Amino acid sequence: MTASPERWRMIGRATATLLAAAAFYETVAQSGIFPGVLVPTLPKVGHTLVNLLGDGTMLRHVFYTLVRVMCGFAFAIMVGLPLGILMARIRAVENFVMPLASALMPIPSLAWVPVFILWFGLGDTVTILIVFYAAMFPMLLNTWTGVRAVNPLWLRAAGAMGADEGALFWKVIIPGASPFIITGLRQAFQRSWIAVVGAEMLAASDWGLGWVIFDAKEFLNADVMMASLTVIGGIGYAFERLVFGSLERVTVLRWGMVRATKG
Amino acid sequence: MSDIEIRDVSLVYDTPSGPVQAIDNTSIRIAASEFLCIVGPSGCGKSTLLNLVAGFLSPTRGEIRIGDKPVTGHGMDRGVVFQDFAQLFPWRTALGNVTFGLEMKGVARDEREKIALSHLALVKLEKFAHSYPHHLSGGMQQRVAIARALAYNPSVLLMDEPFAALDALTRDAMQRLLAEVWRATRKTVVYVTHNVAEAVYLADRVVVMTPHPGRVKIELPIALPRPRDPLSVEFLQCQKDLLRHLGSETAAADAPEICIDNVTKP
Repeated sequence: MTASPERWRMIGRATATLLAAAAFYETVAQSGIFPGVLVPTLPKVGHTLVNLLGDGTMLRHVFYTLVRVMCGFAFAIMVGLPLGILMARIRAVENFVMPLASALMPIPSLAWVPVFILWFGLGDTVTILIVFYAAMFPMLLNTWTGVRAVNPLWLRAAGAMGADEGALFWKVIIPGASPFIITGLRQAFQRSWIAVVGAEMLAASDWGLGWVIFDAKEFLNADVMMASLTVIGGIGYAFERLVFGSLERVTVLRWGMVRATKG
Repeated sequence: MSDIEIRDVSLVYDTPSGPVQAIDNTSIRIAASEFLCIVGPSGCGKSTLLNLVAGFLSPTRGEIRIGDKPVTGHGMDRGVVFQDFAQLFPWRTALGNVTFGLEMKGVARDEREKIALSHLALVKLEKFAHSYPHHLSGGMQQRVAIARALAYNPSVLLMDEPFAALDALTRDAMQRLLAEVWRATRKTVVYVTHNVAEAVYLADRVVVMTPHPGRVKIELPIALPRPRDPLSVEFLQCQKDLLRHLGSETAAADAPEICIDNVTKP
């Protein structure tokens, strides 16, 4: 994508919003209404962030969190994608899975943390399972809807050209459902990212972005907490815009299956 | 190229309000390399009949043969073009769409791209081989669909109102193009339309169907020389005759039947 004047204006507007919010925060922090330890000024947060990045601890926290989120997210795709397709293609699977999904979906993933800790103990198993739980349903439901939304004419045309079940699956159903599948991936990742931080607060030990925030509370290190929050937000933003935004641009946007929003 | 025999075919749909006779005891023979148009008002079962030949539906009674083989399900001896532009795969370029059938046949990549390009050239779209369907106009998309249906070399081409959603000017151009493509490939074509002028322009023979239940009313050979001139007196006369058989009495005066050699009742 080339940086058109339109795009620069958009970036400008986004920056202005962020700057306004930062200025408001800074005013409150400087005013002394709250103790400085609890509401650290932005330069202090920045300083802490640079230090944490410099000595490598922040990168290590990020690494642990990313590994957990990626494992859970990957499992969710490996289960949710095929299961969603099967649900849309086979009535019996839909009849079996749908009630289960409807019953489990409304339960917040974090509500499972204590149960999982009892079952699996503290550590990575619990966080990965929580991420899996959070990511699974958006993946499943979007895939299920996407496959049902595949234009029957494509299936008919492909069948007339001699496509067997395998070819129908890989060359028609998957690309045909891709706008929904990509939405599923996106939502699943957002849920994963939220869930991993929460799960780490309760179930992780020593490393992880969620853990570091929770741990900093013990020592009134609000600057560390704010620095970690910035990193969490930054990574989430990067995934949303760079990874999924690019994925969308090279697939469904390029194929005209979804349209770019007009400025 | 294969001939097609539709023999004593009936199709009954089961609907919530009871069975509906969509096709009633219909027999049509189509010669190899013949261009047959099926016309009739909506609901007369013309698309249903085409879907039976395509193998998307199975007849309740009767039999359809292509060449010497009875039709059971779809097969690569038939190419199908639908009315809806959305029939193309949006995630494949024009070339990718046209190679699809060859890919399913297991033709090697270089070979299938060569064949696909020659078919895109046949519909005058070789310059757009690498465009995605959403960048092509409706007429261009239908040309890609025709190239796609021809690329794996079926002996029969089945077309379900392929130009019905196009504007009049594009439709005329597409009809000329299709007549050329047919002359070049000599496929057996079954073409469903509700457009009388289109049927007279394209067909060797027109089958008129009537609804409730769908059955053949009459078959009219169109004996006009090709390429046909849609503005000639003979052409207009044929249209009048056809319209009269379709039940539009007002359009047809008491004109002599110039183009119709023999009217055969089924």
